Amino acid sequence: MTTYKTVFASLDHYEKGGVEVINDDPKNYVFSNMFEVASQAKPWEKVAIARNQEYVLEAIRAEGTSSWRATPHDEFAIVVDGEVVFDLLDPEQAHVDPSSSGSITVAGEPAGKPMGKITAGRGHLALLPAGKCYRMSAQKPSVIVLQTILGPETVERWSQICQKF
Amino acid sequence: MTNTSTVVSEAPNEHGYRPFTLGGFRFERDEHFVHVQWPTGRHVAAAEPFLKALMRDVAWNFFYGTVNFDSVIGTLNHYGNVDLFAGRFNEEYRKAELDHSENFPHDDIKATFQAMLDDWVNEDFDPFAAPMETGSAYGEKSGSNAPAVTRTRIAAKRMVGLPNDEPLRSDESGYPVNRAFADVDQTEPKVEVNAGYENEVSAFNFFAYLSRSDVTWNPSVVSVCRDSLLCPTTEEFILPIIHGNDRVEWFVQLSDEIIWEVEDRETGKPRAKVVMKAGDCAAMPADIRHQGYSPKRSMLLVWENNSAELPGQIARGEAPTVPVTF
Repeated sequence: MTTYKTVFASLDHYEKGGVEVINDDPKNYVFSNMFEVASQAKPWEKVAIARNQEYVLEAIRAEGTSSWRATPHDEFAIVVDGEVVFDLLDPEQAHVDPSSSGSITVAGEPAGKPMGKITAGRGHLALLPAGKCYRMSAQKPSVIVLQTILGPETVERWSQICQKF
Repeated sequence: MTNTSTVVSEAPNEHGYRPFTLGGFRFERDEHFVHVQWPTGRHVAAAEPFLKALMRDVAWNFFYGTVNFDSVIGTLNHYGNVDLFAGRFNEEYRKAELDHSENFPHDDIKATFQAMLDDWVNEDFDPFAAPMETGSAYGEKSGSNAPAVTRTRIAAKRMVGLPNDEPLRSDESGYPVNRAFADVDQTEPKVEVNAGYENEVSAFNFFAYLSRSDVTWNPSVVSVCRDSLLCPTTEEFILPIIHGNDRVEWFVQLSDEIIWEVEDRETGKPRAKVVMKAGDCAAMPADIRHQGYSPKRSMLLVWENNSAELPGQIARGEAPTVPVTF
């Protein structure tokens, strides 16, 4: 009976595929690799790796401790490499307009009620709930894919991260 | 001939299968093949790939855009009504004027397709299963497999695992780890919840959840950010349809590898091959059709924009063909 080995990738080990053009422009496929993007990003930089109108998936290099952040809508974080701790806080006052899009940095330490903590390893998916604050920390460089909406802190650098030829 | 509701079928043929009629189309199967006839032509397809494609079309409510069963037969979703076509997206059929298309109310075509699945899928065959995990689609009629052909698409309202939302998968709930994912870590995240926040402090092992999927090429919704849907799926062998996009769609390869053959949506002419390895992200433009090949069972994150505005934008030609330009 065949023994299968599931291949996941990481910051330390990833192999990129690519677009093999027959009659097309490879830029149409907006092809990148999340680990390559994270390997070239600053800690906690939110780099868009996929965009569909206002919606984005962001690759985040998790390293050290992030600022507190507030999100106007649910966000979902998939840890795809390493381990990340998410501290969640129910703020005393709103830090973000609920009709806005994309999470934002909260200056300093927001006052509020601790909601709990999630310690997530590779392959774990965590809810970052609407209207609440969260802070992330990682002892070793880790990678998160964040399901969110294009916001003021989303970084778009498609020409740097995507296959062009 | 009987006409029950909108489904028109005949008495079983010598192989035990009912022929079906939908408008000007007639469908009949024998031990090996499905035969389709329309006013200007005919087509024959092997029963197994036809039933696998039919299964996805029904389960996905005709999906986003075009579901090509092969290079000739397929459906085009107008969201409320659906075109059933032959040769519509085949340049040579169109040149020869052999193509044919008819529009049906969604519920009518779905009822007919569901009835075909009910009658034509034998008890040992599961159209959603990987080739090595199902019996044969071929032969004379032998029973039926209602549990397999009436599966509904799992769609979380907020996130899988939350109270009152879609449950996690486990051995106890009938979802053992798939043979190809026996090495996937099953450890759940550590979730420490303060009282009163049980509905909001939540996480689960997403890779373990996928490792327990009992179907292939069948995206299910695991998390919802307004109209943004994470729709992961496990893939093995060949995508049973050739999906013609009417909107941009994104793929994020979570594990292993898939090779996508990409063709022009209208003509079927080859445009590109997209090789995706773990960690790769790629968009499928809105003017192509694509079919994936997964040598080993893999985890693919399909990411969809389910905005109610999109069908109108598509109809008016306002939806973007590519997600970004750079």
